Amino acid sequence: MQAPSSTAGNAIVRIGNRQALRDPLWLRCALIGVAVGFIVLFLCLPLGLVLYQAFAKGWQAYFQALSEPDTVAALRLTLIVALATVPLNTIFGIAAAWAITRFEFPGKSLLTTLIDLPFSVSPVISGLIFVLLFGSQGWFGPWLSAHQIKIMFATPGIILVTVFVTFPFVARELIPLMQEMGNEEEEAALSLGAGGWKTFFLITLPNIKWALLYGVLLCNARAMGEFGAVSVVSGHIRGLTDTLPLHVEVSYNDYDAVGAFASASILAGLAVVTLVLKSFLEWKAR
Amino acid sequence: MTQSSIMPGFRPALAFTLGYLTLIVLIPLSSLLFTSLQLDWNEYLDIMIDRRVLAAFRISFLTSLAASVIAGLFGFVIAWVMVRYPFAGKRVLDALIDLPFALPTAVAGVVLATIYQPGGIVGKWLIDNFGLQVAYTPLGIVVALIFIGIPFVVRTIEPVLQEFDTTMEEAAACLGASRLQVFAKIILPNLFPAVLTGVSLAFARGIGEYGSVIFIAGNLPYVSEIAPLLIVIKLEQYQYAGATSIAFSMLIVSFLLLLGLNLLQRRLRKRSGQI
Amino acid sequence: MSIRLIDISKNFGQFAALHNINLDIPAGELVALLGPSGCGKTTLLRIIAGLETPDQGRVLLKDEDITGQHASRRGIGFVFQHYALFRHMTVFDNIAFGLRVKPRRERPAETEITKKAHALLELVQLDWLADRFPDQLSGGQRQRIALARALAVAPEVLLLDEPFGALDASVRKDLRLWLRNLHQELNVTSIFVTHDQEEAMEVASQVVVLNQGRIEQQGSPDAIYDNPVNAFVSKFIGQTNILHVEQNDAAWLKSAGLVFENPQGIYAHVRPHDIDIEKMSATSASPLILKDWQHLGSSIRIELVNPQLEGSGGSLYAEMSNRRFKQLNLNRGDRVAAHIRQAHWFD
Repeated sequence: MQAPSSTAGNAIVRIGNRQALRDPLWLRCALIGVAVGFIVLFLCLPLGLVLYQAFAKGWQAYFQALSEPDTVAALRLTLIVALATVPLNTIFGIAAAWAITRFEFPGKSLLTTLIDLPFSVSPVISGLIFVLLFGSQGWFGPWLSAHQIKIMFATPGIILVTVFVTFPFVARELIPLMQEMGNEEEEAALSLGAGGWKTFFLITLPNIKWALLYGVLLCNARAMGEFGAVSVVSGHIRGLTDTLPLHVEVSYNDYDAVGAFASASILAGLAVVTLVLKSFLEWKAR
Repeated sequence: MTQSSIMPGFRPALAFTLGYLTLIVLIPLSSLLFTSLQLDWNEYLDIMIDRRVLAAFRISFLTSLAASVIAGLFGFVIAWVMVRYPFAGKRVLDALIDLPFALPTAVAGVVLATIYQPGGIVGKWLIDNFGLQVAYTPLGIVVALIFIGIPFVVRTIEPVLQEFDTTMEEAAACLGASRLQVFAKIILPNLFPAVLTGVSLAFARGIGEYGSVIFIAGNLPYVSEIAPLLIVIKLEQYQYAGATSIAFSMLIVSFLLLLGLNLLQRRLRKRSGQI
Repeated sequence: MSIRLIDISKNFGQFAALHNINLDIPAGELVALLGPSGCGKTTLLRIIAGLETPDQGRVLLKDEDITGQHASRRGIGFVFQHYALFRHMTVFDNIAFGLRVKPRRERPAETEITKKAHALLELVQLDWLADRFPDQLSGGQRQRIALARALAVAPEVLLLDEPFGALDASVRKDLRLWLRNLHQELNVTSIFVTHDQEEAMEVASQVVVLNQGRIEQQGSPDAIYDNPVNAFVSKFIGQTNILHVEQNDAAWLKSAGLVFENPQGIYAHVRPHDIDIEKMSATSASPLILKDWQHLGSSIRIELVNPQLEGSGGSLYAEMSNRRFKQLNLNRGDRVAAHIRQAHWFD
């Protein structure tokens, strides 16, 4: 489940000296105090602590933890999963947005609802449904093992479940935007003799690029960070099917704090980069 | 939008969309549905009325409810402050609200556990001063779920607050209402649907949440073991029927919750004549 | 209740919205604050209501200084341009709001509130809408409900911000007269803001013309129309021909009867109905040609040109009754003479 995209921080209601809208000074101070206190305690502190713990035993320990073969393997797997997942869902997002916003057909609103479905499924259940399909007792389990194909507890399973979990990200950014844009510009280009692809690359893409990047960014962040769903299908084979988030869990449960937080720091860095780019894209899209 | 005969690519785009959707989403999800339908009714009941399962459901619901309500309260204050008061450093703080979306849940989980464990920064302070242990108790679950839920509330209320017709507040003031009366009689009733939506989104997410909870929860059966964890445990023991039953029940409950919310929103809007 | 504004100034950042406004409004008047958009009229209204604070100056209500008083304690009714009806309340609850938020000691009993709200609904002739929500009303209905809501607390002064601005032209006409009649019935000191001079002249008993944060003129509609104090007011109120004495051909102005042996300025402002026309023979010395005319309903507007003049200075508009126009029996291209009965002079 995903909250609505943020539009905040930029459009503020201007109070100025509209007297009737002004809250008393003590109240303003108190509320700002509560809000800032909450954000610092609940959001800044965890972020800072990741770095603190990662470097608790110094730079050397940090880089040693990061260069451990298992960590490197986990990072590699995480990148592979993201590289496979993000392009797939991006292409899907564009195709779905094109079909839904440029044409009328029966069942359109049902299709739009179905696209959002993965967001309302618990990560653990997302993992479970793929176990039910491809696990040893699953629908295709016997057939797969007879043909020596490994999906569960292997990279294909991890990729599949990640694709499921990040499925709606790009589409749900593009659909409302392209809906609002309308198709007059594209029709103009087509009537001037441009081909379909040319129209897409010269007219559509420049108009949707910031929203597209926004969707790709969120999709990527989730693909690299997904834990619950991947945890169910991965089998936790060290150095083989552990992604970076799973590696954080394993190290933490082994009381290897520096190891856990060194890996966590990479993911936290990813989160910060995501937030910065997100703010940038929101600013750009305006 | 009108159907345009010259727009190209309808068939390939729709075919790809439907094919991909079926392959990635519909077939996997239907596996859960069909596996559930194959379950024997008695077997299903046996699984569900197991004391440990019931306890897990109760814990998941109560902690999610508490966390979403608290997140609703703080989220409202944060959204209000972000939209209404200018102050230094606001943009950075506002961007940070989305951290729980961007930070992988496993990272959130281990960090929160580290902060609130009895020797952790906040955990030690709470125990020393109030004798309150957060980590490895249901309270820890609530803390993790507040973290997860806060952006849902803030990001749902913020746009509504930005669009809010502030002249209603001025009109009420001219009619003699104090600021408190304006808040209680004008602002709150108009924002309530958005608050309710935000809280429900946080609640629904909280029930299914796994990664950020399991580290801080301690996972004691009957005390701090959540329903999603039970699915994982059943799967590890190859009890597919058990895992499926719990998952199916969770989905039914989430579905009913969303349905109820939609009906409530509709009634609220109907009451103010917007339908 | 009389209102007195003393030396009010207001800046928004670099922009000076109001400069040293001094204004007296006697009790019982219906005053229009008239001016082009951005002239500061709405800001002035909001300062009187206490919705904005002036940077400088004082607001007196019946000789009592209320400059620092909160809007909720001024007892001034305000009708917002877009009505600001409480959309989560029924029409009835909207009107009852002001009574229900009174402190317990002053609050009337609920039966009293019900009675009063229904009386107000009857006053605005919308009693049958009591249970509707604002979203279900038309623009004109919302306007009247907003007025009833403001009147519920028996305000000593009623302020209306562009009361007809958001309405269709036909509804607007009806509501203007209705508001004027209502004011005569209630006799509460009222100020409304408008950018429409016709509206101000038709509804108000006093008109205050504002421009760029300054008061240009204050007076009855008659006084302002007949004796504009400067070029801005003359141009803003009603139709005016502006003649530049040095640019325009002195000969034809003279032939038109304009007396400028003793000009009191460079520009002569002449109302169209202050110009009379006479049909001339084709060989006459008059340089004016009748170019075209338009029916304005009860009167006819005639466009006269001087072909010998280059540029825009050569058109003159005259207005006369239908009957007079028919008597003249004019055709396009006819040579005519014009007689100017009266002019206002400005630099």
